[in-house]
This record gives sequence, C-alpha cells and structure tokens, in this order.
Amino acid sequence: MSDKIDQKRREFVSVAGLAAAATVVAPGVFLQATAEAEPRSEAVTGKVRYGMLIDTNKCVDGCTDCVTACERENGLDLLKMPEGADPEEWDRQRPRWIRKVKVKDRLTGKVTTLPMMCQHCEFPPCQDVCPTGASFRRADGIVMVDRHICIGCRYCMMACPYKARSFIHEDIDEKLTVAPRGKGCVESCNLCVHRRDNGETTTACQEACKEGAILFGDLNDPNSEISQALRQQNNTELRADLKLNTGVRYRGI
Amino acid sequence: MQDMFRFGTRLLVAATALLLVQTASAAQGSRSVIEGSKAYGLDSCVEPTPLMRKKHYAFLKHDRDITVHQGIRTVKHSLAGCVDCHAAKDDTGKYVPVTDEGQFCQSCHEYAGVELPCFSCHSATPTQATKAGD
Repeated sequence: MSDKIDQKRREFVSVAGLAAAATVVAPGVFLQATAEAEPRSEAVTGKVRYGMLIDTNKCVDGCTDCVTACERENGLDLLKMPEGADPEEWDRQRPRWIRKVKVKDRLTGKVTTLPMMCQHCEFPPCQDVCPTGASFRRADGIVMVDRHICIGCRYCMMACPYKARSFIHEDIDEKLTVAPRGKGCVESCNLCVHRRDNGETTTACQEACKEGAILFGDLNDPNSEISQALRQQNNTELRADLKLNTGVRYRGI
Repeated sequence: MQDMFRFGTRLLVAATALLLVQTASAAQGSRSVIEGSKAYGLDSCVEPTPLMRKKHYAFLKHDRDITVHQGIRTVKHSLAGCVDCHAAKDDTGKYVPVTDEGQFCQSCHEYAGVELPCFSCHSATPTQATKAGD
C-alpha cells in the first residue's frame, strides 16, 4: 500500500523525470479527452500529475466564489456550529479547504489577494510526519488523507507550511456521498478527487472563478493548457525555499 | 475428567447444530431487505446472500483501500453501492437513512449487537452536492 521511497531515490527519480520530460516532446496523444465521463476502473499512475496555476493578478479582493463553490462541492457548507460553541472560535477552527489570503509587500505596499489551499507538494511534509500512513500522495500527485487510518493526531496540521489542513472536532449529521467526513479526522483540498475519478476535467473552484484566475490541469502533459501557461509566464511556488515542488503555482506574487 | 470432556463435546455439537439450523432458516426464510429500496426488487446482492451476511465488512474493507489509494471507483464492493441500493424511500419520496431504526443496516447490527461506525463519516443516504443556483 504505502510506496515508501527514501529521499535519495526520490531525488534521483525526479532528476531522471526532468531529463525524460525535456527529451520527450510530443506524448500525451492517448491521454486526450475522453468524450464521456466514466468512473475510473484502473489504478491511477504517475503519468499524470495534477496541479493548478493561480493568477493573483486576476483574483479579486473580497470575492469568495471559489471558497463557496468548494464548500458546496465538498459538503463543507453542511457543517453547523455546535450548540453552545463560541462563534469566534468556530469561525477560527471550522474546516476550510480554501482560504482567501491577503499578502502585502512591506516595501512597496502592494497588496495581493489569493486563494490558499493544499499545495499538493511532491514531497509533502504532512506525509513525512504522519505516524500511521494516513497522509499520503496519490500516484497522480494528489495529496490526501485516508481517513480510515487517520488517528486525528494533527501532526500534519503542524507540519504543513501552508496551514492547509482542518480538523473535524465534532460529530457530523449531514455529509455527502462523495465527501465522507467525521469527528476526529484531518482533511484538506483533494483537487476534487471524486471529479478526477469520474473523468471530469475541472475543479469546483476553477468553474466558480469568473475571472478565470484558476487553471487546473495535468502538469506532466507538455501540451496541456496549464503546462503551456506555466512555460509562457513567470510563476512561483509559495515558500519555494522549502523545496517541496508544489503542484499549485502562483502568478503575480 | 473424561465425562466433562464428553459433556463439553456434546454441548459444542448441539450449539453448532442450532447455529446451522438458524443460518439455514435465515437464508431461506424472511427477506431482510427493506420495501421501497432498490434491493427489494433484486434477486441477490453483489455476492450470494449467505456470503454477504458473513463477509460484507471484509469485502468493504478490502475495496475501500483500492478506491482511496488507487482511485478505482468501479469496485464491486463499495459502501456507496450498499447505501444506494439498500436505502429505502419513504412516502414522500425522500431517502431514509440506512442507520434509522428498523432500516437495513441498523436492524441487523442492532440484532447482532455490533457497532456500525461506517456512517459516522459516510452518508447513510445517497446524496448529491447542490450545484450553484439550487
């Protein structure tokens, strides 16, 4: 089940992968869009790596359409504040997969607003610290939690540099079939994994963004829209110094 | 000592016989599927009924890992499949949770005295996300 690979091997493999990507120019013919969305019947592979490119120049201050769409898609809007809870505390601790964050350049005073979610690292710190193997990276690059074996220790929440994970503190009455959720487990953005497995090509947040600031796609396919966009214009990883090789990239910061 | 051993053996044989009779009558007798569920109109589950009664949890546990880690959604034994087929609709056409009193999952687990923790996380009715504008 767990694909434990030591760091050196990982580095070697990733370097080899880069070399391969540089030499192979026109693959991906077989990966082109299947006309009808069908549930996945074969295991995911590393041929695909899902990721996102977020253009912060297009992201509008005060708009929360992506957050709302995410919450609707993944059943987060069904959560209710527990009776007798402190509203402030609830607001601070309630599960969120996307947060709107504002960053300000101290020198120039330029304010940028951006949606922040799980960055789907190639080397996820959450996976490194997980004592049970519940935090894992799926072969197609999606970092997620296997809640069947999550013990709710929250080490991953501490380890994540992006504050991307949430904890479910209370029993939950209403949940969606596509997004199981229960007391005592950690969760975060999974790039709408149920959509991935049902052959859909978008995420809820991408669909919701009227400005077209979010682009989702396959980073391994050089012909995909996202790969082309990443090649054409400058973009950056958040906390690139950590060398996590994130699957979510930002433009304009 | 020997007497005790004989007595013990007899008791075991009797208990086994009783169990066999019960299992047989359960398999042939009344159907436990709930009227108003899809399962009610079907002859059999994804496996033969006696096997499902004994092993459904093992099937589910095996296939859940395949779905979560490999992304395969067409597994034969999926909990969403159980719920989809075994959740009954009430008079108003709304799904009744399989964990409600007297419903398919709950009634048997109650009888057997076994906890039913699947549904502390999983939905006990077939659900769909509300799309924007709903």
